[in-house]
Amino acid sequence: MSSSNFYNISNLLYFIAMAAYISYVGFKTRGIALAASGITIAGFISHTLSMAVRWADSHVFWVSAVPTSGTVEALLRSAPLRNLFESLNFFVWALIAFHLIIEFKYKNRSLGAFVLPVAALALAFIDVSGMSKEIEPLVPALQSNWLLFHVFLSFIGYAAFGVSFGAAVAYLITVTESRNEKPYIFGSIVIGIFLVVLIAMGIDFLTLTASQRGELLQSYFLKATFKNSSGLIAVASYIISLAFVAAVWRFGLGLKKVLEGLALNKNTLDEITYKSIAVGFPLFTIGGVIMGAIWANSAWGTYWSWDPKETWSLITWFVYAVYLHARLVAGWKGKKAAILSIIGFVAVIFTYLGVNLVLSGLHSYGSS
Amino acid sequence: MKDKDNNIFYAVWNLFASIKLAIVVLLLLAVTSIVGTVVPQEADKAIEFLADVAGENNAPAIYNLFVTLDFIDMYHSWWFKLLLVLFSVNLLVCSLDKLPRIWHIIQTPVHPLGEQAIKNLQVSREIKIKGSLQEVKDGFLNNLKAGRYIPLEATDAGSVQFYSQKGRYTRLGVYVVHLSILLIFVGALVGFQFGFDGQLNLPEGTTSSSVYTFDGERIDLDFLIRCNWYETTYYKESFRPQEFESELVIIEDGKEVMRKIVEVNDPLTYKGITFYQANYGSALQFYPNINFYQSNYGKIPVGLGEFILKVAPAGGQEQAVRLKFGEAFDIPGTGIKATVVDFSPALGRDPRSGNLYTFDDQMLNPAVAIEIKEEGKNAYTGWFLKRDPGTWIIPGGHKIEFVEFWGLEYTGLQVSKDPGVWIIYLACIIMTLGLYVAFFMSHKRIWIMLLNEKNSVRVLAGGSATKNRLAFEQEIESILSKTSEAVEGRSRK
Ligand code: HEM
Repeated sequence: MSSSNFYNISNLLYFIAMAAYISYVGFKTRGIALAASGITIAGFISHTLSMAVRWADSHVFWVSAVPTSGTVEALLRSAPLRNLFESLNFFVWALIAFHLIIEFKYKNRSLGAFVLPVAALALAFIDVSGMSKEIEPLVPALQSNWLLFHVFLSFIGYAAFGVSFGAAVAYLITVTESRNEKPYIFGSIVIGIFLVVLIAMGIDFLTLTASQRGELLQSYFLKATFKNSSGLIAVASYIISLAFVAAVWRFGLGLKKVLEGLALNKNTLDEITYKSIAVGFPLFTIGGVIMGAIWANSAWGTYWSWDPKETWSLITWFVYAVYLHARLVAGWKGKKAAILSIIGFVAVIFTYLGVNLVLSGLHSYGSS
Repeated sequence: MKDKDNNIFYAVWNLFASIKLAIVVLLLLAVTSIVGTVVPQEADKAIEFLADVAGENNAPAIYNLFVTLDFIDMYHSWWFKLLLVLFSVNLLVCSLDKLPRIWHIIQTPVHPLGEQAIKNLQVSREIKIKGSLQEVKDGFLNNLKAGRYIPLEATDAGSVQFYSQKGRYTRLGVYVVHLSILLIFVGALVGFQFGFDGQLNLPEGTTSSSVYTFDGERIDLDFLIRCNWYETTYYKESFRPQEFESELVIIEDGKEVMRKIVEVNDPLTYKGITFYQANYGSALQFYPNINFYQSNYGKIPVGLGEFILKVAPAGGQEQAVRLKFGEAFDIPGTGIKATVVDFSPALGRDPRSGNLYTFDDQMLNPAVAIEIKEEGKNAYTGWFLKRDPGTWIIPGGHKIEFVEFWGLEYTGLQVSKDPGVWIIYLACIIMTLGLYVAFFMSHKRIWIMLLNEKNSVRVLAGGSATKNRLAFEQEIESILSKTSEAVEGRSRK
């Protein structure tokens, strides 16, 4: 089977598993929980196979394009971390891997209801943004081992942050008593905006496909809605979004009833939030910041040039450093810490996607 | 007076030793950094951006405000630097402030504890083991040693206590991380003071003794650098660049001392100065007085550049040929005389008319037209494409390979000298080690009290760990169960 077959199967299984985890939260039947885990594992296997096949395909491609390269070099240059699609795909893979580890370690299946949606959002983003899934030749700047380690470790770090985000959201919902609590308002606005942007990008994608213009989706960002040339549609987009965010805020707490009485203990959630950051932070520091700087130095001669991508990864790093100090030294726990962890993940998403979509960065992924 | 001085000193010290200040400064750094990623950091782009966002009319006023606020070259502004200084001082003072206490903890040996104190520890367990005190003692001694503890022993009436600690120096991991951050600032300062960033555009075949910084300042090198050739290679059957490379030569005292093909991600370093492959382009701008021959395929410079060919008679020896536009050569032993008559940097075929034409002025698909004259036969002209070996063989089986039209491109090098980079790399290694220690290693202390009872021993075990309590709990449980298994000769359960 081809890589994309395996990929599509894994996508399907993940979405089913997400539904199963969520209904487990609702019905609390052990059978559903086992089924959810089983489906996730099956999806994960298929996902792993899709990446392996893709690696093999890229390898064939690379060897035929550059027959002079050595065995190890050919393997590294064809590792499936070569463009936006592959890196996001790897993010989802690592996220699921973390999720399975935690499920196994904490013997707690409820977290799936919060981590799988993060994976699903990333998968939806891949499709909605219309990014290329083709195997493409590597441009010269990307032919670097440092870059490869950089991407590899950063994304494992991002996946850990993704888990902490899921756990922090679950935590906030669990401890919130009333909709007027500020941490809850904050959390629901963040999630509301995520969803609005995702939906708006979906509309971009659909209208652009329908109009069959050759325009790049990236330059079309939000032009079907918020930046529509018709002022009416733009204003309507804002109003509808506002209503949508309000609805997320209004009905988000409904989940709380569902959560109550579950094995989802708020201390466990707080602990998972912290632990994932404690794993993600060193990985992100070494992979994301340090190796990124080494790569920049070997390719451009400056380890730091305040390029928007670099700066945003530094911002992300600061936010998580604040989280760790606030928690370990200043003794912040619970809601305040959960909010910091949510801000941290917003910074992650912006570092990775926002910079390319919203700011005109020099970073290579942005232009390819 | 002296007291007062001291008070001010302590007030300032305490301010900088506070983690609250650290949180505020870090968040300020994060928030202000955003400004520079949104507002373009170059004057003309910033004006364009502001005109876009705020409208043509308001842009100048906002621009002036931004200049006053240093938003345009933000990361080098005095206030951003001030924030960085605040951050470093904070980090330094905070670490120094905490260090004596941590050092004290590290240096303090563990002492035996009372029964109640053990029960109050972070982790504590109580079990009974059937067997004599001596047997149980030996059992714990073995298992503690197996767990790399070095147990000390205290004896009291009716009870024996083992106590031990390991990994106490891991408490310093945090300070190693902090130190590495300060070291990065040191490295950056050293680079700023003693280094430079510049560029050098070298046409193929030319030599330079100096480079220019981005402010236009000339920096003289104490050696010469020459570009032998520049070349972009493409992936097969596509116009996607596979590599940008140039051959550079370092010349000192008239002698070649180094030669290297540099490519992206693989620069050349000589005497602390590094040359990175950054860009490339047409070298014509460097030769303003050149004449051109206008052909159907573009403008061909006359007298500049050389065609490099490899020529071989059928089955015979290959031979390199270099010649200028319009010059002739022969294929040895064949009586063939050939002349370079035309050139296209990017030869393509129009799919509709089938005609050949030049589709780009970059060297995407260089081709040379050569007129071939064989004694007693009519002359004909053929195109030889650099990227298509199929075009190299002429009737009779002779070969004319088009290698390149040399001398028309320049290589764009980024040149930098950064003596601070080694400090940065050292700091990165230190930070990596420090992070590992800070997050994944732990200072563990353990106490095991054995109380002799009739035919059995009551065991009170407890301890504390700075990290990963769950794993530590498992470690203690495993010591307990292994010992009781060994002593009782069967599983405790
Ligand atoms: C972005 C910069 C910083 C990084 C990456 C960093 C890193 C760390 C790390 C990894 C830890 C250990 C956390 C743990 O115990 O698991 C830590 C602890 C700590 N940091 Fe920082 N730090 C930074 C800035 C600061 C600053 C500016 C201060 C100044 C107040 C500070 C004060 C502390 C203190 C007091 C501790 C706790 C030490 C202890 O537990 O004994 N840090 N830091």
